[in-house]
Amino acid sequence: MSDMITLTIDGQKVTAPAGSTILEAAKLVGIDVPTLCHHPLLRPEGACRVCVCKVTGARSFLPACIAKATEGMEVFTHDPEVLEARKNIVELLLANHPQDCLACARSGNCELQTVANNLGIRKVRYEYNRPEMELDLSNPCLVRDPAKCILCGRCVRVCSEVQGTSIYSFAYRGLNARVTPAFNMGLGEVSCTFCGQCRKVCPTGAITVRSDTQRVWDALRDPDKIVMVQTAPSVRVAISEPFGGKPGDLNTGQMVSALRRLGFDKVFDTNWAADLTIMEEGTELIGRVTKGGKLPMITSCSPGWINFIELNYPDLLDNLSTAKSPQSMFGAMLKTYYAKKQGIDPSKIVSVSIMPCTAKKFEAFRRELSASGYPDTDIVLTTTELAQMIKEANINFLGLPEEQFDPIMGEGSGAGTIFGATGGVMEAAVRTAYKVIVGEEMEPIELEAVRGLEGIKEASVDFGGKVTLNVAIAHGLANARKVCELIRAGNPHNWHFIEIMACPGGCINGGGQPVNMDADTPRLRAEALYRDDAGLPVRRSHENAEVQALYREFLGEPNSHKAHELLHTHYYRQSRICKSK
Amino acid sequence: MSCNCTGKTLDLAPLMDILAPYKQNPKGALIPVLQHAQDVYGYLPQEVLEAIASELNIPVAEVFGVVTFYAQFHLTPRGKNIIRICQGTACHVRGAKTILEAVCSHLGVKAGETTPDLNFTIETVACLGACGLAPVMMVNDNTHGRLTPSDIPGILDSYLD
Ligand code: SF4
Ligand code: SF4
Ligand code: SF4
Ligand code: FES
Ligand code: FES
Repeated sequence: MSDMITLTIDGQKVTAPAGSTILEAAKLVGIDVPTLCHHPLLRPEGACRVCVCKVTGARSFLPACIAKATEGMEVFTHDPEVLEARKNIVELLLANHPQDCLACARSGNCELQTVANNLGIRKVRYEYNRPEMELDLSNPCLVRDPAKCILCGRCVRVCSEVQGTSIYSFAYRGLNARVTPAFNMGLGEVSCTFCGQCRKVCPTGAITVRSDTQRVWDALRDPDKIVMVQTAPSVRVAISEPFGGKPGDLNTGQMVSALRRLGFDKVFDTNWAADLTIMEEGTELIGRVTKGGKLPMITSCSPGWINFIELNYPDLLDNLSTAKSPQSMFGAMLKTYYAKKQGIDPSKIVSVSIMPCTAKKFEAFRRELSASGYPDTDIVLTTTELAQMIKEANINFLGLPEEQFDPIMGEGSGAGTIFGATGGVMEAAVRTAYKVIVGEEMEPIELEAVRGLEGIKEASVDFGGKVTLNVAIAHGLANARKVCELIRAGNPHNWHFIEIMACPGGCINGGGQPVNMDADTPRLRAEALYRDDAGLPVRRSHENAEVQALYREFLGEPNSHKAHELLHTHYYRQSRICKSK
Repeated sequence: MSCNCTGKTLDLAPLMDILAPYKQNPKGALIPVLQHAQDVYGYLPQEVLEAIASELNIPVAEVFGVVTFYAQFHLTPRGKNIIRICQGTACHVRGAKTILEAVCSHLGVKAGETTPDLNFTIETVACLGACGLAPVMMVNDNTHGRLTPSDIPGILDSYLD
C-alpha cells in the first residue's frame, strides 16, 4: 500500500495514511500529544508550539500538529527534553494568565488548564507583566476577557475562514500583543453576527457565553410570575454532554424532567413552533412562486444569519422570508393564544427559551419582535447555561426519568426536529409544500439530497410534475456569503428557495452548545436528530395536531391577517460604529 | 463615506487619490497606502482606515492589526514636537524613569500620548545610541543629555513658539 507510511512514535510502530501529521498518526496508537492552537475543524497554524516533539535527525523540535509524518520517522513525544521545552512554553503562557481558575466559566473544561495540569506544573516561575485589559461587555451574547486570551488564533481563523466575517485580528507586538476586533472595539460595536463560533473554538475562558441564568432563577423564584420554557431541537442532542453523555445522545425526556425540577411552570417544545414556521414559510414560498413574489426566498430562522445579511447585504433583505424564527413565533403564541386559552395575564408570563445559539439572545432584544405588546422572548439560555443551572440544582441529569412536554404547544413533528441540522428546514418545508402543491404526501418522506455536511448543497425538487423548485442550502457564514454574491450577480442557478444557517452544520453546532474537541460532534448530533425524526409518530408539520388546533381556534389560515400580525416581521440595515466588514 | 464616531467629518478625497492606482491590483498595497495616507493626514484616523479597508477589500480588523504592529504608524494625532525619552539600560540606571515622570507631569499626559494642544507627543525608546550622555532624551532631532528632572520644564518650554 503506497499511500500508507510506517513510522515509530514513542517506540510503537504506527501505520498511517500518507500526508498525516505526527499528531494524527500518534492518535492512531492512543497517543494524545497536547495541543492548544490546533483545532480539528480549523486549518492548523503551528503557533503555540505546545505540541513539539523530538524527531530523530531533525535539527529542532517539530510541532506535531503541522509536521507531516514520513516513512521511517522516529518520533518521541515525551522524552525529558521535549517535556522540558513543552513545560517551559506552558509556564510562559501561565505567567501571562490570570490565576483565576476557581472562578472561571471554563474551569474543568479549559484546554490550558488541562495541558498545564497534565504536565504537572505546580508553580509558575515567571512574573505576570501583561498590561491590564478590559472585559468586553458590549453585547448581550458573548463576553470577551482578553486577559485570558493565549493568542492561539483559533477565533481569528474560525471567524474569517468558516464565518467569512473576519472580526478578529492579531494586533500590537510583544507584551502588548492581543487578539482583538478593529480599534479594540467590543463585538457589539463591529460587524459581529454573535454566532458564537469563536466562543465554541476558544480553548480558554477568553470568550464565553454571557450568562442569563441569574435572571431565570430570579423569575422562577418570583411568585407573581408564570415562567414557561421552550426547548430548541438541538438542545436535546447535546445537553447530556456536560454530564458525561456522548455527542448525539438523545435525551429529550430527561431534559423535560430537569426543566420541571428547576421549577418551570410549563415545559414546551420549540419543535411545535418549528412546525408552525413551516406552515407560514411554506405558504409564503408557494405564494411567491405562484404570484411572482421576490425570489429566491431565503429562510429567516437563524439569527446569526439575519445579523449577517442586515450588516453585509442589506440590498437582499427583501429575499428573506418574513416569517419569524420558531423562537419568536413560540413567544408570540405563548403571550396571545396560550394566555387567552388559559386565562393568564400575559404581563405575568416570562417566556424563556433554551437555545443552542448565542445570537438568539440578541434576537430576543429586537423591539419589532413583540407582537403581543410584550417581548416574544424574555430570556434566552444556551444549552451550556441550562447545564449550569441543572448542576446548581444538584440534579443528577442522566439518572432522571423521562417526561413529556406539556400540551398545547408541546407536540413537535419529525419535520420540526430536523430544523436543528443543516438541510432540515428545507426538508421539512418540502414535505409540507409537496402536500399543498401536489395534494398527496411525498414518498419517500426523506429528502436525501439536502442532507449532509457539504458547505453548499443544491437540488431540483420535482413536485409531482406540477412544478420544479431549485433549492440551495448553505451553512457557515462564509458559504452564506458565496450564496449572497451569486444572488447579487443575478441568481445564475435560478434558485427559488434557499436555506441558510449561520453555524457550520446548523444549530446542532451552534455557538451556545457544549464545547467539545471531537471533530465528529456535528455529524453525531445531526444523526441523532434524523433518528429522532424517524422514530416520531408524526413527521410532517401539517399533520401536527396541536398546530392544526392553533389555526382552527385562533389564527385561521396560514398567512392570514392575524398570522401576519403575530408571526411575521421585517428586517433593517444594521450599522454599527465600525462600518466596513 | 464618513464616520459617525468622532463627530467631525474628514475629507477623504486625498485618500481616494492615494488609493486610485491600487484599486485594480490591491495585492501588497496596504503598507504603501498606509504610509502615504499618514503623510497626508499626519496620522491614521479610524475613518481613513475603514475607507482603506473597504476600498482594498481587506477586513478592517486586519488593517488595524497591521497598523498596530508597526511602530511607524500612529492611530492618534501627533504633536508638533516629538519627545523620545530613552529607557535603555544605561539611561535606566541613571534615572531615566524620573526624567519620564518629569516630562509626563510637566505636560499632563502619559507616555505614548499627545498633549491636547497638539504641541508634544511623548514616546519611549530602548536606546538612543548616546549612552555616554545618559539619561538622554531627544526632542525632534535634538539630543538632550545628562538630564535631571529639574531641567525638563526649561527644555520643553523652549520648543513652544
Ligand atoms: S481560562 Fe482556563 S486557565 Fe484561565 S482561569 Fe479559566 S480555567 Fe483557569
Ligand atoms: S460571534 Fe461569530 S461573527 Fe462574531 S466574532 Fe465570533 S465568530 Fe466572528
Ligand atoms: S480569544 Fe480564545 S480563541 Fe481567540 S486567540 Fe484568544 S485564546 Fe485563542
Ligand atoms: S498545537 Fe501545534 S503548534 Fe499549537
Ligand atoms: S541606554 Fe539610553 S542612550 Fe543608550
